[in-house]
Amino acid sequence: MSGLRVVSIGPSVTVQDQGRPGFVASGLSRGGAVDLLALSEGAALLGQCADLATLEMAGFGGVFKAERDLRIALTGAAMQASLDGAPLRWNASHAVPMGAELRIGAASSGGYGYLHLGGGVDAPMVMGARSTDLNSQIGRRVADGDLLPVGPDVGGPVGCVLDGASRDDGGTIRMVRSFQTPLFAKDELARFEATVFHRDMRGNRMGVRLKPQGAGFQAEGGLTVLSEIIMIGDVQMTGDGAPFVLLPEAQTTGGYPRIGTILPCDLPKLVQAPPDADLRFTFITLEEALDAERAFKAQLADLPRQIAPLIRAPGDVPDLLTYQLISGVARGDEEH
Amino acid sequence: MSTTTPQTWPQIRNAGVDGMLVSFADALSEPSNRAALAFRERIEREGWDGVLETSSTLASAFVRFDPFVLPHVELRMRLEALLTEVNWFNAAPPNERRFWRIPAAFGGELAPQLGGAAEAAGMTVAEAVTSLSSARVRVTTLGFAAGQPYLGELPEAWNLPRQSGLTPKVPVGALVVAIRQFVLFATSAPTGWQHVAQTAFTCFRPDSETPFALRAGDEVQFTPITREELEAIRTRDTSGDGGATVEPIR
Repeated sequence: MSGLRVVSIGPSVTVQDQGRPGFVASGLSRGGAVDLLALSEGAALLGQCADLATLEMAGFGGVFKAERDLRIALTGAAMQASLDGAPLRWNASHAVPMGAELRIGAASSGGYGYLHLGGGVDAPMVMGARSTDLNSQIGRRVADGDLLPVGPDVGGPVGCVLDGASRDDGGTIRMVRSFQTPLFAKDELARFEATVFHRDMRGNRMGVRLKPQGAGFQAEGGLTVLSEIIMIGDVQMTGDGAPFVLLPEAQTTGGYPRIGTILPCDLPKLVQAPPDADLRFTFITLEEALDAERAFKAQLADLPRQIAPLIRAPGDVPDLLTYQLISGVARGDEEH
Repeated sequence: MSTTTPQTWPQIRNAGVDGMLVSFADALSEPSNRAALAFRERIEREGWDGVLETSSTLASAFVRFDPFVLPHVELRMRLEALLTEVNWFNAAPPNERRFWRIPAAFGGELAPQLGGAAEAAGMTVAEAVTSLSSARVRVTTLGFAAGQPYLGELPEAWNLPRQSGLTPKVPVGALVVAIRQFVLFATSAPTGWQHVAQTAFTCFRPDSETPFALRAGDEVQFTPITREELEAIRTRDTSGDGGATVEPIR
């Protein structure tokens, strides 16, 4: 077995894929990558299926050594990355020859970066998925010395870029009303939509807390309600009135009132928001939400057509000839 | 005010963009839990295209679906039709339920809060063990952690509040009590419920062919054993059943 050796690793790096849906009735969360757009972008860059497993790196990556020739792609929150000391572009695919050292550092935004391998991370399949679920003790964090096995790579071009959908600057997050929204008074809902929030950096894969500018939010009728089903993207109000957005590894049911549900297609923007970016929420109708979800599906399907050859300054490439042979896409006539 | 409309049950409500919830009450009660269990099974039996999964919570049946295959309006109409079939509050419990007898060591060092819980329930420790171990309870829902059951309903004396101070950690297999329910811990976690007994039962077995030991609707009784007996079970048991016996409910 050969693959990618972990020399040293950041504090919270896990293997993730699309998750493990279908077990809500048994109390098992779906899990899977918190930024599903980043999974599809990585798959498009490598010309492979978005169901393959990848490395999700919360805030910080690690140092890796290739124990065979590999193709990689880097997506999600941009992190400092280099290959044998030469800087690597984010939102791009690269060839990593056997023996090369890959370094991935911090994400300035504090968000989630993704390291995709051609052929995917061949972690054990548990209940239909390779996702690590720390909360349910399926798998564990990636550790120093691990060898990440790589699945069979269909092969394809490297040295490609994808201008990923911008999601590192906060902005307006769209929500729909959900079954507990009526627990909040109209003026409380209006104040919620008028408030600016910032992401609390202490979040994890279960959820992220948001800090409101101003007072917190309360449901009428007290602190807790009958424990009820949780949807990924639900925004619950805990005791201090600060919203807590429930992410893929959240528990399946909960007793804190929830003001609404963030559209799945807007979750990447929320989880990747830097701590100083302004976040606002707006309620849209279900019809508008379904239109947005439909457009998002189309956007994902179109990603492979948005791949473009990486244009580099010749000085960045130690051996241009080798690079061209590996990449197969450099035509020699790129603009610099 | 947004809650001035009088509420009638059952209610069909949207959950996010791809969920629908059929609720039979906004508080826990035996009939509404039974209705939720039975109605979920009824939906499953339909096998509708576009339904991704179903579930039941304490008082609701839940459907997650693909709205581009099964539009909201259509699903709501079908659910409304099913609701009129029978009085779901009187519905028979779902099929394929099982009765579990799970050995449990009450009190002692392994379950240090039995004394306090008994006192709060107005019982001696011996009375508390008798009361808790003779109750045949139903898995009302699974949640909070994978495979973790809520079990009810216990006699009124066990309507104990959750404690404001959390127990930092109870072990896997801990049996805790509050608000007329048990939770049998599937994972090691903090809790505000009182730890009254310890079992060797593993609720979630991800590497097994049947990862979830219990199903909503199953019935359970916790049979008292000594700490020594529990240790002996732990030594010999590799299945995760912790010495439990199981039989189908007919």
